[in-house]
Amino acid sequence: MIAELGHYALVLALSVAIIQATVPLIGAWRGDPGWIGLAKPSAIIQCLLVTVAFAALMHAYITSDFSVLNVATNSHSAKPLLYKISGVWGNHEGSLLLWLLILVLFGAAVAVFGGNLPAPFRARVLSVQAMIGVGFLCFVLFTSNPFERLLPAPIDGSGLNPLLQDPGLAFHPPFLYLGYVGFSMAFSFAVAALIEGRVDAAWARWVRPWTLAAWCFLTTGIAMGSWWAYYELGWGGWWFWDPVENASFMPWLAGTALLHSSIVVEKRDSLKNWTVLLAILTFSLSLLGTFLVRSGVLTSVHAFATDPARGIFILAFLIAVIAGSLTLYAFRAPAIKGGGLFAPISREGGLVLNNLLLSTACATVLLGTLYPLFLDALTGEKITVGPPYFNATFGPLMVPVFLAMAFGPMLHWKRGDLQGAMQRLKFAVSASVVALFATLIFAYDGPWLAIPGIAIGVWMIAAALEEAAYRIRLFRVPVTESLRRLWRSPRSAWGTTFAHAGAGMVIIGIVASSAWQVEKLQIMKPGESVSVGGYDFTFEGAAPIPGPNYSAVRGVFQISRDGVDIAVLQPESRTYQDPPMDTTEAAIRTSWGGDLYAVIGDPTGDGSWSTRFYNKPMIHWIWMGALIMVFGGLVSLSDRRHRVGAPVRGKAAKVAAQSKSPSTPVVAK
Amino acid sequence: MSVEPNQPLPEETPRRIWFRLVPLAIALIIGGFLFAGLSLRPKEIPSVLIGKDVPIFDLPALPGRPNGLKSADLKGQVSLINVFASWCVSCRAEHPLFMKLKAQNIVPVHGLSYKDEGPAAMGWLQRYGDPYDRVGADLTGRVGIDWGVYGVPETFLINAEGRIVCKHIGPVMDRDLQEKLLPAIAALKQGGTAKC
Amino acid sequence: MLIPFLRHLITVFFVLGLAGSAGSAGAVAVDRPMDDPALEARARAIHKQLRCLVCQNQSIEDSNASLARDLRILVRDRIAMGDSDDATIRYIVERYGDWVLLRPPVKAGTILLWLGPVLFLALAVMLIIVWYRRQKAPIAAINTPLDEVEQARLKAIMGNEDRV
Repeated sequence: MIAELGHYALVLALSVAIIQATVPLIGAWRGDPGWIGLAKPSAIIQCLLVTVAFAALMHAYITSDFSVLNVATNSHSAKPLLYKISGVWGNHEGSLLLWLLILVLFGAAVAVFGGNLPAPFRARVLSVQAMIGVGFLCFVLFTSNPFERLLPAPIDGSGLNPLLQDPGLAFHPPFLYLGYVGFSMAFSFAVAALIEGRVDAAWARWVRPWTLAAWCFLTTGIAMGSWWAYYELGWGGWWFWDPVENASFMPWLAGTALLHSSIVVEKRDSLKNWTVLLAILTFSLSLLGTFLVRSGVLTSVHAFATDPARGIFILAFLIAVIAGSLTLYAFRAPAIKGGGLFAPISREGGLVLNNLLLSTACATVLLGTLYPLFLDALTGEKITVGPPYFNATFGPLMVPVFLAMAFGPMLHWKRGDLQGAMQRLKFAVSASVVALFATLIFAYDGPWLAIPGIAIGVWMIAAALEEAAYRIRLFRVPVTESLRRLWRSPRSAWGTTFAHAGAGMVIIGIVASSAWQVEKLQIMKPGESVSVGGYDFTFEGAAPIPGPNYSAVRGVFQISRDGVDIAVLQPESRTYQDPPMDTTEAAIRTSWGGDLYAVIGDPTGDGSWSTRFYNKPMIHWIWMGALIMVFGGLVSLSDRRHRVGAPVRGKAAKVAAQSKSPSTPVVAK
Repeated sequence: MSVEPNQPLPEETPRRIWFRLVPLAIALIIGGFLFAGLSLRPKEIPSVLIGKDVPIFDLPALPGRPNGLKSADLKGQVSLINVFASWCVSCRAEHPLFMKLKAQNIVPVHGLSYKDEGPAAMGWLQRYGDPYDRVGADLTGRVGIDWGVYGVPETFLINAEGRIVCKHIGPVMDRDLQEKLLPAIAALKQGGTAKC
Repeated sequence: MLIPFLRHLITVFFVLGLAGSAGSAGAVAVDRPMDDPALEARARAIHKQLRCLVCQNQSIEDSNASLARDLRILVRDRIAMGDSDDATIRYIVERYGDWVLLRPPVKAGTILLWLGPVLFLALAVMLIIVWYRRQKAPIAAINTPLDEVEQARLKAIMGNEDRV
């Protein structure tokens, strides 16, 4: 009964979404306040209905209602409650419902908190948002209904993939979706702006918090995914340039570019055309990712739904959204030509460089991800584009980004002074030179690329800190004055500081852990010991241990350094029954210096075991850096100007209306 | 400082509109490829051995069964090589087809017992029937690698000169046999060439 | 769920469904490192360049699949027999094709792949230069005195201003 209620709520939500997608849009075009006013309540009702549907599915999971097909195939009564809940989105249908829920939550948030938006504009935004909603509701209802019944109901479900029964993975998808779907807000704002033919500082100020929030979520989601891969897959890798990873990384790259270009729109009324295009592309890449993951066109993604009907549906939707918005862009973009001029060396110039390189990098990832498909479709030839390609192309493209990152915030708007900036960065310059030589001395035997790599990371961190010090005039004014400035300077500037420093940490983590990683594979008998980068791993034995829904073999390794015991690592090799699957549980000891990582493999039959050990210096800097980047995003999000809203459109609009296109701002044609 | 006050923006020349349509065009092209991609099979890796001589190998027979398999056995007449294993679930699906093929005596089918214990493989053949002329036991999977095997079952069509004509990946279904293998076999038997 | 676990699922799917659970295939060879660390390092470097066939998106170094293990052992054997790195890789490519190479070779079909990033960068730089020039043009216009038409237009604008 409750499942039917959920299904019914989705049907109702679809009809509400259809109304929301059309009526307010027409209302805004005709200037009819009644029709415009419909946007807000319908967004809220749509949100409530989808929430009801999601709650119904969750209820079915929590109560283990196996008469619902989706629950029967993806859950099991013996599972812990946490994984019953996360099981809701651990499958195609349920995860799509989560996508939808987040979409309508964002829509409702605009409806409720978007009081500072002009009513017609908000109506248009919500209409566009509802159009996306219609697409996904149809997708759910017509191809992927999670409420389908299974009669007679089985006694028990077939269980959730053991790899999914992990707290890290339980919350990885919701964060990714919050990111993907968050970019739908930037998209809706961009399309609404194209319809109105107006983009100004106020627009940028409205879009920015949504983009920033989405970016924070997506960064968190990607970081969680790579952390999970690192500790769960048991190979010590954390990024594989897999198509599915790339699918989440491309929107991240585009979204990062969007974050930066929208600053220029806000502060300098320039790059407007490009920013709108970028907003469209960012969300398009999110949709593309959804398509790649669910259609099976690339080899990575086979385990998810590979029903061709679903693939066709989502592709049709994808093309409709992208082609529609890009057509609109082609014809309406001239109306939003922008303004502020600047010299190549300037804050704007820096942000343009950032966009140039990030978009090129994003295009490169796209090319590498889809190239096997292109070639297969054209010639039938099958090739692989793996990590070596991306490392060889993406890496060099990012180096100038990292180098230039330090200068950007030090340059003035309109016309900057590179030499002056360099002078103000003398601490960062000396820090990175010191780092260069220190690395050279420490790692004189290579790999050579690691030396500039570390120096670049130090450069980014030091420059971020120095910029902050410069901003609060540290040591140039009395400390109390500096403290006052510390408190008073805009949070968004602090966001930049944290995000850029965090990026530097990520670089150091990547460079150090890959350059100086020590790995040892060997066959060991109990009592034997092996040295891994200065640490001695002594195998004390392996014994079977029972688990709640698996059986495992646990190896015990005593770790010591210079004869002093420091830790015991107990990796496991598990065999699950429902569904049958082997998993590796690596044992990891994290310290400031890095991670010691132990894996136990198969017995060889003569009392020895195959074992793998890694010593990965500074690897956790990758995730710490990512967290700090997210923290920077949150700090920026808390900036005062996002909270006080933007009643500035009055003035901006006047200027815009006057100086801009022949078309009047409100009615397009 | 907004510089282009009412000076009417340069009229939209057609060239500029085309320029703005570029993103759309790129998106549509990618969309076309994605559509084509839906009907491609990215998991199937085509064999590079097509048209080449069969690898040189010499495998012993399964215990208690005569006739091992070696390269020389594949010369002189058109034949099929079926890679199978007792632990392979989908091999069971195609097996009756090979039994039928044997009954019809159209073409000899040889087996490559891939990474399987002798008794297990023999037990499997006793249970589901033995359609094979010769069976080579590839315990380590090395010969499988020489043949470019990456999953079981796989089936190769060999011509009378001992060259690999085609490779079928996955279980052979009735349709594959009727539409692909049998016509090719017929053509080869008449001394012609075949592709599939 | 979206990130690498799918790849892992694929591995698992194949291990269980097609490539066979290793346990039942009695002849499981052990993945034993070579005695000479230098040779072992060479073998491992090659492992990292070859794509696992059944798990589809990992190198054979990073896979539990039994075919990946067989290939690891094969690579070690070739090296032990004195093959060079290139010869070892060629040996595998002759059997499985370019598909197994994680770094796509430069050939007719992959020219665009390898040139792509450079072309993108050049195109983007070009676009920015063109865009910047066009932006800059009005500045030059400002610095020259207004001609009569412009004077008239200025007047019209100022007139408009009053009305707003």
